[in-house]
Amino acid sequence: MAGRLEGKVAFITGAARGQGRSHAVRLAQEGADIIAVDICKQIESVAYPMATPADLAETVSEVEALDRRIIAREADVRDVAGLRAAFEAGVAELGPVDIVLANAGIAPMSVQEVGDAWQDVIDVNLTGVFNTVEIAIPSMIERGKGGAIVLTSSTAGINGIGGPTRGGLGYTASKHGLVGLMRSYANNLAPHSIRVNTVHPTGVNTPMVVNDIMQQFLQQDPSLSQSMANALPVGMVEPVDISNAILWLVSDEGRYVTGVTLPVDAGFTIKK
Amino acid sequence: MGRVAGKVAFITGAARGQGRSHAIRLASEGADIIAVDICQDYDTVGYALATEADLAETVKAVEELDRRIVASKADVRDAGALKAAVDDGVAQLGRLDIVCANAGICTVQGWDQVTPAVWQDTLDTNLTGVWNTMVACVPHLIATGGGSIICTSSVAGIKGLPYLAPYVAAKHGVVGIARTMANELAAHSIRVNTVHPTGVQTPMAEGLGGLNPLIESDPNLGPIFMNTLPVEMVEARDISNAVLFLASDEARYVTGLEFTVDAGATIR
Repeated sequence: MAGRLEGKVAFITGAARGQGRSHAVRLAQEGADIIAVDICKQIESVAYPMATPADLAETVSEVEALDRRIIAREADVRDVAGLRAAFEAGVAELGPVDIVLANAGIAPMSVQEVGDAWQDVIDVNLTGVFNTVEIAIPSMIERGKGGAIVLTSSTAGINGIGGPTRGGLGYTASKHGLVGLMRSYANNLAPHSIRVNTVHPTGVNTPMVVNDIMQQFLQQDPSLSQSMANALPVGMVEPVDISNAILWLVSDEGRYVTGVTLPVDAGFTIKK
Repeated sequence: MGRVAGKVAFITGAARGQGRSHAIRLASEGADIIAVDICQDYDTVGYALATEADLAETVKAVEELDRRIVASKADVRDAGALKAAVDDGVAQLGRLDIVCANAGICTVQGWDQVTPAVWQDTLDTNLTGVWNTMVACVPHLIATGGGSIICTSSVAGIKGLPYLAPYVAAKHGVVGIARTMANELAAHSIRVNTVHPTGVQTPMAEGLGGLNPLIESDPNLGPIFMNTLPVEMVEARDISNAVLFLASDEARYVTGLEFTVDAGATIR
């Protein structure tokens, strides 16, 4: 049986591990080839360990094990030239892109903030998404075959959560900002049949959330951790749950779906 | 392996249009179907409603996919009849996992042409009918240990579309029911979501011919109905694909969502 994304090419940022890797694998399972980027380096204000070149290599090997092609490059979404070079290298090898997943993000919340957490999280989570989409759009328009873009926001893109630190405020502001960006892109790109949506995960079982720094941060303020409870009886969702929502949005089954803020949040936002 | 294999879905308004499309799409992914439709015209509705022959056609289409279907005539305004239909279907098919509260009517008129009967019929069918559907189905979903309820709202459940006041009121109300029930039923792992189609190519939409002259009488109002993507109407299967996603385990943690399948009509 043909996959739900047979013959399509997807550009994914933050693809070395966590949700990004899960998206790469899930889309590849349904027939897509992948252009993967990840910074594979630490950012000063981020206290938990970020992805490594070995993580990105693992994504490559998991996609190749599915008999799909993948072009992976180390690139920082804040660095337009580097990101464009990675994108173009992928397109040269795999052909034009149908799908863009602006997934790369950081959560620089910690009890002891180091560096400029506000600026870093805005630069990566908001400007980085802008850079990703801007780099991909011209070739998608030129090709004239439409496409699907999904921006990874958060429940923090709908509710004022994340706490009072510079990193927490920046995280919430960046994820809210993505909704505005998505809505504008959805309107601007609709004449080209390019659809743009956001997904809003609750806590996901990934290294960004499941680490000592984040757990310490949540525990220091009991009201913060209590307010993090989902409506459905599940503590955290799995990366594949977000990947499944994205798969649906970018497949032809979602051909008339644009401008949607899709929560994959076990009812987190509905109970606020 | 189908995406809803082994599940049973209850669908109201299943004789034709979106309801039939949902039945066929879910059956094509492995679900068995409990289908109801009123199969009877309303005095207040200007177009013909579905017939028993339409419902028989849905039965045939599902059976051709080698799935089982229990179909009966039932009016969503009649809570007793609806409960009997659901109970009978579950008795025959063994369980209930998916509920599509899809049955609806629509009339077009300026506010001063809304008769008490039009108001009452629309609210009774499109709002109370959704409530009756939930009341009849939720005990079975609890018995199953979880499930997915999909209520068909509309772009008219988000925007104040002119000349459709009773319809808009009912479709907004559906969102309220869904939000409340998403919270109230979450502990049972029952998910509740709404879908919000833009204009869909169905017999109901074909029956709304009176809308165009009204829109043209005030050029300011036309754009409210326009889509963003370059498509005038979507097809029933586009809504069914969204319903399939929400019904499947791929959406196991999606609840409380207003899912627009509207070609961007609500973000313009």
